[in-house]
Amino acid sequence: MSILDRPTEAPPRHGALGTSPTRPDGVAKVRGEFAFSSDLSADGCRFGATLRSIHPHARILSIDLSAAWKVDGVEAIITADDVPGAPTYGLIAQDQPVFAGDVVRYVGEPIAAVAADHPETCRRALEAIVVRYEVLEPLLDPEQAIDGAHPPIHPDGNVIRHQRIVAGDPDATGEVVVEDTYEIGMQDQAFLGLEAAMALPDPGGRGVELHVATQWLHEDRKQIAACLGLPEESVRLVLGGVGGAFGAREDISLQVHTCLLALRLGRPVRMAYSRAESFLGHVHRHPATIWMRHHATTAGELVKIESRMLFDGGAYASTSAAVLLNAITLAQGPYRCENAVIDGWAVRTNHLPCGAMRGFGVVQACFAHESQMDLLAEACGLDPVEVRLRNAMTTGDRLITGQVVRNVAPVAECIRAAEALPLPDEPVGGHPLPDGGVDVMKLPGGAGRTAETTDVVRGIGWGVSIKNLMYSEAFDDYATARCRLVDGVATLKFATVEVGQGFVTLAAQIARSVLGVDEVELDRVDTDIGSAGSTSASRQTWMSGGAVDAACRAVRRRLFEHVATRHGLDASALLIDGTDVVDAASGWRAPVAELSAGLELDETAVYRHPPTEALDENGQGDCHVAFAFVAHRAVVDVDPELGLVKVVQVATGQDVGRVLNPLSVTGQIEGGIAQGLGLAVMEEIVQIDGVIRNGNFTDYLLPTFLDMPPVVAALVEQPDPFAPLGAKGVGEPPTISSTPAIVAAIRDALRQAGHGGPRLTRVPVRPSDICC
Amino acid sequence: MPVLLPTTLAEATAMLARHPAATLLAGGTDAMVEINDGRRRPGTAPDAVVIALDRVAELRSWQHDAEAATVSIGASLTYTELMAEPFVSLAPALAEASRTVGSPQIRNAGTLGGNLGTCSPAGDGLPVLSALDAMVVLHSADGRRALPVGEFMVGVKRTALRPGELIARIVVPTLDGWQGYAKVGVRNAMVIAVASVCVAFDVPTRSARIALGSVGPTVLRCPEAEAHLDAALDWTTMALDDDDVERVGRLVAEASRAITDHRSTAAYRTHAVSVLARRLVRRATERARAA
Amino acid sequence: MSEHFVLRINGADHEVRDSWLGESLLDVLRDRLGLTGSKGACEQGECGSCSVLVDQRLVCACLVMAGAAVDREIVTIEGISPDGAPSDVQRAFVECGAVQCGFCTPGLIMAVHDLVDRIDDPSDTEIREELAGNLCRCTGYGRIVEAVRAVVLDRRGEGPR
Repeated sequence: MSILDRPTEAPPRHGALGTSPTRPDGVAKVRGEFAFSSDLSADGCRFGATLRSIHPHARILSIDLSAAWKVDGVEAIITADDVPGAPTYGLIAQDQPVFAGDVVRYVGEPIAAVAADHPETCRRALEAIVVRYEVLEPLLDPEQAIDGAHPPIHPDGNVIRHQRIVAGDPDATGEVVVEDTYEIGMQDQAFLGLEAAMALPDPGGRGVELHVATQWLHEDRKQIAACLGLPEESVRLVLGGVGGAFGAREDISLQVHTCLLALRLGRPVRMAYSRAESFLGHVHRHPATIWMRHHATTAGELVKIESRMLFDGGAYASTSAAVLLNAITLAQGPYRCENAVIDGWAVRTNHLPCGAMRGFGVVQACFAHESQMDLLAEACGLDPVEVRLRNAMTTGDRLITGQVVRNVAPVAECIRAAEALPLPDEPVGGHPLPDGGVDVMKLPGGAGRTAETTDVVRGIGWGVSIKNLMYSEAFDDYATARCRLVDGVATLKFATVEVGQGFVTLAAQIARSVLGVDEVELDRVDTDIGSAGSTSASRQTWMSGGAVDAACRAVRRRLFEHVATRHGLDASALLIDGTDVVDAASGWRAPVAELSAGLELDETAVYRHPPTEALDENGQGDCHVAFAFVAHRAVVDVDPELGLVKVVQVATGQDVGRVLNPLSVTGQIEGGIAQGLGLAVMEEIVQIDGVIRNGNFTDYLLPTFLDMPPVVAALVEQPDPFAPLGAKGVGEPPTISSTPAIVAAIRDALRQAGHGGPRLTRVPVRPSDICC
Repeated sequence: MPVLLPTTLAEATAMLARHPAATLLAGGTDAMVEINDGRRRPGTAPDAVVIALDRVAELRSWQHDAEAATVSIGASLTYTELMAEPFVSLAPALAEASRTVGSPQIRNAGTLGGNLGTCSPAGDGLPVLSALDAMVVLHSADGRRALPVGEFMVGVKRTALRPGELIARIVVPTLDGWQGYAKVGVRNAMVIAVASVCVAFDVPTRSARIALGSVGPTVLRCPEAEAHLDAALDWTTMALDDDDVERVGRLVAEASRAITDHRSTAAYRTHAVSVLARRLVRRATERARAA
Repeated sequence: MSEHFVLRINGADHEVRDSWLGESLLDVLRDRLGLTGSKGACEQGECGSCSVLVDQRLVCACLVMAGAAVDREIVTIEGISPDGAPSDVQRAFVECGAVQCGFCTPGLIMAVHDLVDRIDDPSDTEIREELAGNLCRCTGYGRIVEAVRAVVLDRRGEGPR
């Protein structure tokens, strides 16, 4: 049944679905009163800190703690020997040690942790620990992980996953063939809210309560309990305020360490990472090398796609297997193509471990396939929009895995909607100032005053993408929510993690729409209720939204039953209109607040999506749940001689299904595009000989106010019949095809400037890639 | 209390004489980064001391000597202050360079004296001081001395400062002619210069100056490019042939001693200073061509 | 670790004990004085999350040595709106959707207060240049610029009420 069960087509009342009520935690956040996990403290709390490997690959010969114990104020020092339960953890394979025991496999791998009375004492204690290493040859070339040139760096071997896809006729060819090899550098999620947690041990030490900023409480709990050697019920997680996530909090970082120290001391322990440590302490986006060859007719219609994708997963497996799956299964992009041969590898090296980051493998594949579509356009004499429209997928088309796309698939609509958005009305350098001069801040180089307007050329570029929503490959994913209606006030409980995306706002909107209440309270987010799954994969609006919706509907059914009995009505004829219960048969109505007075209705619901399948050895199978689509058009001003760029506008048409909160959707689109821009022109973790060289914000560059342009967005609303609220997840698509659109715009500018040259097959594009 | 807060130069130098190993603290924008990182700690010894310089009156003032054609700048003036008058008029390239430093937060704290004391080859004010032939005035309890800025900046984060000395003032000649500063970084704000150039002209003495940042162990001057400009420029109209502009660019490239590091490559840096120098010279001579 | 001094914060004197020489104002605010509204995200003055006002100048508290900030008037996010009600800037942030995770928010509120108090009618690039020292990873800055515009219009008496 649709949410549109109102007797009239009135616009939604403020606070209900379709409006933009202010977020419930907004006032606390603007006052600095919102408690992030790094703001938590407790009486008698001690501080913890981690000792990390300085080599990418080495045997640990000895760890001498004696000098560290002499530092005044140190109360505990733990190593691998002190892990009572499972020595390793991991999201798919449990291949990652809590503390390195005999071997370290990446720079930054934890070796020991200390607890002391003050962070400064911790720092001095760490400095006093002496580790003797035997340096080993690191495996740094991912090709060597495949060709066996390097011995295994882990008992599980150097290949994390190898998967092929063979679709249709593998020998098909097209009259037009374009190919190239693309490289995507390692991007960091760089959330601002640094890792932090506080563990409170139970008296007697047989349990612990952990307050932590994470993405999935229950998955954390499972791994923590296993490592602590405790039953899951004895490990309780409470969500600490999360300062952004973007995938970096899916893996365990400081959770087990904090709990171990707290249990060791019998006192609360807090741990918090610095920015430099954060770069080492969480997983990153996989760097990848992707070869692609597209075959097409002379009219530009795709005939076959071939690809070899190599993802460098770093030292531990994390979610590399799933990241690779997304990349290869969506290699064709949002386009029809019957034939494909794809060879995908996720491998282990002694680089920093990689895992989830917004876009999860599709970012890398999309940069490759969109660059290819532009090559195809050129080869066929088509413009970039036309070649994409000719191949655009619609509902009922198939992926190269054989899966039919049953969701709405308005690819052409997204492209046309973006195309219809006005181009910037300001020329290169902006409108002249009143005194006739130029606002240097509008030129590439900004305050550096590097260029005149005559040194700068404007280009336009396109990118279009598909993204799978939710988890894949037969993963049993679900979300739980509880709704209590007491005296006209609805209280919701869920374990859904709010990372800033606005689920806390949406949940209340759902309750208001379904129950007709105005006042909605949110209970604490913790493991006292069943799992809501991860805040990732653009899944929470669909999954947790679906669970909250189901729980509220269950409460509403009970309310209607009660009202029907009380007033001699037929429960099946009752509906909610605004804040009233209405009898559709007679028109009788009364306020929900009145009717629910004295009642206590309490329902818990679990929302599950239909099952998916694993892939067979040819990569065939219905492995994804649902899909969303997006188009981006970028306008970029380029100084070809210096290679500096300024992104002037990004326009987008995004397939959102249904807009549940316009301001939240806008926020996800603008924020996602900023991350896409970052990957396009400035963000990369630089590792040389396996050592990170720019683990700080001076040299890992995030887009500033001056780098990020205005965004114009068209929301393509075709409610999806499979989505419980009609809405698709919107978090990831903005970050996926914005990157290739920006790079395409740079190429366009260079072409116009007569600098035919650089193919720009690598992101982030550096100034020297453009000009030298 | 081991953070000492002198309010006069005499107080400050006396404190420094008593505590030669003291950490000197100007705006903190360099020192505190190192302290936060644990790379530098003022010292855990009981007699460790920090001398804060932000309240010393003589370091917070400026004087314009029209006759000597100089402006004497207190070492603790901030970049925000240097972005305003009288510096916009008296040393416009310095005001331009100040605007490129970090952010408002950094500009409100960072000082020219601190920039000189850190002496990074990428320091934003430094190519300007070099091009303008500034003098660095150093004070100690024993007296004072003045060094040309080129002699003060010895190498990568190495200066000619002696124990017991602090940077008190920077005396900047107020040239008569066009001057400008340009800097390249990967993003549009908050960047450490990958390449920077200051070009300045002094018409009465017919001297052109070109100083380069981030392409050597310290700021470099370009004597050959300068000599070429001195000879080729029409000093009455400020006109210059396109060929001569190109030649300046090439001579600047030859003066570069850039290295490759995690921020950029030697080739790009050399290319960038060459382009910037050419564009600054073109900017300087465009008005003449337009007129 | 044995430094003792007094800091004047949000109009009140705060005694600091046992600080270590070189400790930043940010760490003293958060760890010793319980004023956790200012946030630390980079330790280098690059992100602006720790922005405070010292003698009415916007600076990064992580780059201020606490012991050198004595006898200065320090204003933090806890004191930017002295009567306890959210300021016009704080209200605009909430209403315009300029807050997602909220970690950058206190620093940005401080920077925007500084901006609108100094510049009456900032252009779009002025807004962006003055806020370039504050990083946000969630919003892409669009709604924040809108919030600033709303404040500017409102102060000029031209905004929607």
